[in-house]
Amino acid sequence: MSAPLTSLDRPNSYIGRSVPRPNAKRLLAGRGRYVSDLKLPRMLYAAFLRSPHAHAKIVAIKTDEARALEGVHLVATGEDLAKICTSWTGTLDHFKGMTSTPQWPLPLERVVWAGQAVVAVVAESRAIAEDALERIRVDYEDLPLVVDIDAARRAGGPLINAGSTNNVCFRSQLDSGTVDDAFAHAAHVVEEEFSFGRHTAVTLEPRAIVADYDPSAGMLTVHHATQTPYQFQDLYSRHYGIPEARVRVIATDIGGSFGMKLHVYHEDMAVVGLSILLGRPVKYVADRIESFVSDIHARDHRVRARMALDATGEILAMDVLDLTAIGAFSTYPRTSVVEGNQVIRLMGGPYRFKNYRATLEVLFQNKVQTSQYRAVGHPIACAVTERLVDMAASKVGLDPFAIRARNVIADDSYPQTSPTGYRFEALSHQACLKRLHEMMDYDSLRAEQADLRKRGVYRGIGIATFIEITNPGPAFYGVGGARISSQDGAILSLTPSGEVRCLISVTEQGQGTEAIIGQIVADQLGIAQDHVKVVTGDTEVTPHGGATWACRGAGIGGETALQATRVLKRNILEIAALILQEQPAALDIIDGQVVDAATRQQRLPISEIARIAYFRSDTLPPGTQPQLTVSHHFAPQGYPFAFTNGIQGCSLEVDVETGFIKVLKHFIVEDCGRVINPMLVDEQLRGGIVQGLGAALFEECRYSETGQLMNGSLADYLVPMPMEMPDILIAHVETPTADTELGAKGVGEAGTAAASACVLNAVNDALSPFDATINAIPITPTRVLKALKRF
Amino acid sequence: MSGFDESLLDEVDETVRVRFVVNGRKVACEVAPRETLVDCLRNALELTGTHAGCEMGACGACLVQIDGRAVHSCLMFAVQADGAEINTIEGLTESGVIADLQAEFHRRNALQCGFCTPGMLVNAQELLSQVAEPSREDIRDALSGNCCRCTGYEAIVDAIDAVAKARREAGGTP
Repeated sequence: MSAPLTSLDRPNSYIGRSVPRPNAKRLLAGRGRYVSDLKLPRMLYAAFLRSPHAHAKIVAIKTDEARALEGVHLVATGEDLAKICTSWTGTLDHFKGMTSTPQWPLPLERVVWAGQAVVAVVAESRAIAEDALERIRVDYEDLPLVVDIDAARRAGGPLINAGSTNNVCFRSQLDSGTVDDAFAHAAHVVEEEFSFGRHTAVTLEPRAIVADYDPSAGMLTVHHATQTPYQFQDLYSRHYGIPEARVRVIATDIGGSFGMKLHVYHEDMAVVGLSILLGRPVKYVADRIESFVSDIHARDHRVRARMALDATGEILAMDVLDLTAIGAFSTYPRTSVVEGNQVIRLMGGPYRFKNYRATLEVLFQNKVQTSQYRAVGHPIACAVTERLVDMAASKVGLDPFAIRARNVIADDSYPQTSPTGYRFEALSHQACLKRLHEMMDYDSLRAEQADLRKRGVYRGIGIATFIEITNPGPAFYGVGGARISSQDGAILSLTPSGEVRCLISVTEQGQGTEAIIGQIVADQLGIAQDHVKVVTGDTEVTPHGGATWACRGAGIGGETALQATRVLKRNILEIAALILQEQPAALDIIDGQVVDAATRQQRLPISEIARIAYFRSDTLPPGTQPQLTVSHHFAPQGYPFAFTNGIQGCSLEVDVETGFIKVLKHFIVEDCGRVINPMLVDEQLRGGIVQGLGAALFEECRYSETGQLMNGSLADYLVPMPMEMPDILIAHVETPTADTELGAKGVGEAGTAAASACVLNAVNDALSPFDATINAIPITPTRVLKALKRF
Repeated sequence: MSGFDESLLDEVDETVRVRFVVNGRKVACEVAPRETLVDCLRNALELTGTHAGCEMGACGACLVQIDGRAVHSCLMFAVQADGAEINTIEGLTESGVIADLQAEFHRRNALQCGFCTPGMLVNAQELLSQVAEPSREDIRDALSGNCCRCTGYEAIVDAIDAVAKARREAGGTP
């Protein structure tokens, strides 16, 4: 009870406080409103016939029997939809030389991956639609296919896109020009080739959409389980030729997204077209196998990398080649090269060195598209860098903590620019390293490891330093011509009873956007949080904005809310000053009461100000026009990204007989700037880490030689379950960004960014007595036993 | 698909009348024999709190209580549940039997998108009705068929652990 008062002890101080999410009670009661739950009057259901071939020409499609089935309203092919929808191409202007072929809702001539939707059926129930699919006959003519990276690069091999000369989507190179010289003068060089399997998001709610075109109003309403409603409003408007103001996209409760639900999917675009053709609501919910074969996949990189060091273990240079295979198209509108681009730019990010060269080659193959998924590119750049650092440590004879302490950019040396061109405002690698060392009780962990090793128990300790891109500005997509907003908007109203309604463009997918926006508004205005109602995810109601992706909810959305609230507060105090015959600057708001700023003496509840302004404006001085609704937009300026940083640690045990890995404990020290709600930040970190651990140990989309996905179910594609996951210890360092008043950066991808790297280092540490190494993700028991030469 | 047998289609169209006690009330509905219980609950009875995540019993989103036990409603045809007593998240919420679990999940933010949450709660209630003093390992083991892609499970384990202790101190349930 004798603890000193902190800033959190003043009334309505919510920034920094662990308050529960207001909307979570609804979800706990089974009252979520997911798109998959939605039923509209006269609604019909779509199902899709999918290609069994990875690459084939469509010779003929016979649909008469399907059309004849009772309950079937429409059978549509690619040609039917192409008459009303324009095609799209997944390239961005600033990726020079990038290619990808035009895409249509359903294919016109060829199928390019196994599982691609070919024909759509709309019927009175999903079951009838599926019955009809069985009555459709498609004649295919097999075409030569490309499944792996080597085949995609082979000269004279099959080409995925007729008319092109190779299967390259994009090539890029970064070169400081001095790399060869640095390697020539290095005391030590470490080198490795890494492979990273294809993963997919496996949101627990599959993709879901209900398109509802009303021809009498010329109005399209789409209930869409997406992170980015404004982006889809724009896309549906432009590709179907409907004025933007007559397209409404509503994204209420979303059952998981992780980046997967912001890309254009062929089925979703088709469902909009089907609804336009029928003039009725049409619903499509992917089932799990459809999710596996048509949701975007991610990662799928092969990286060769080397690092040069001087005799003391100081990093001199890195040289990297990243090959990544993305499927037959590049996704739209964000493209599939962003991950590779981030891989080569994030390499070596935490470290102080100048000589860097990287080549990126992005290749087509006959598989479903890969694209942005949680922590785009980060896990790969981090795993490669951190494994090379560990290899170097062992070569130089330094402890993993010591080599990092020698090389990380010093906390007092910012601002800094990385050799790959990223600008860092202020990071805290040294503080994080020190904190992790204490938190892990590193020396005892090492002593225990040595002790157990004598008894045939092989434990490994791994650490991984990381940086994370958050708060992306317009340079991310806008410069490439994509209509993806970097700004966000908020509309704030004081209601007649003195509460606040906040309509904001950042969206909620369970991470707590609505909670933190409510906290910021309540804090800045001086009212109780339960007097703030936050509304998200409806383009007809909320102002246009980028919405929630790439960790921009708190940093950009939060700043938008903060600035909007300050404007509203100023307006409220101006009216209060007129009523109280006082200067606005002499007033403040605390706990919903206008008070004397100096003495904190209560003057008038803000509900009374609202009552007078709304209902008795006749009592205000002539000429007064109360502005109790404010509309405010904020676009990030200053640094192109607000980089965050941190470090993770992992303790695990490898069973050298079975190859099984048990993660014992995981640690993270994270610096996301100003923490708005510590509980939500910690849960974001834990969730992110577990997704990263899944990628590190279990998850892989495995294909046959003929391009068939072999593990398209939750029994075959393993995701982390409670039993395999460790407890996760979390600590924070706070370095707020000076680019905003709020100072918040993102945190959603930090956990995923370094988890794979950490596990990779820990497993290699455990295997070190056997002279065995692992350089592939996921680290399956088979791969462990192969490394041990026991399989 | 030449030689399509129209009689097969008639069989598909045929519906069966089934009766359950759902959330304490008698209900009857017409279902196709091929319709799963989860689809019947969600579509015919509009109890959308029960979710379908994988439709093969791997993810646990569809768990409901049938005759007092947690059962995957995606692995059961609606006709198989004829005569059963079924409690879904809606009923368990209204009766208040899991109010302490819900409050603890809320307090600790043991959910994010909430899609897995009804199944998690049904399973947690099942565990606590069977084991009075579960260890954290027991809790993780009991949840090993409940997939959550948002949280790291830890807050869920913490919440169930706290409720187990509170129920024990309150005099022991069930």
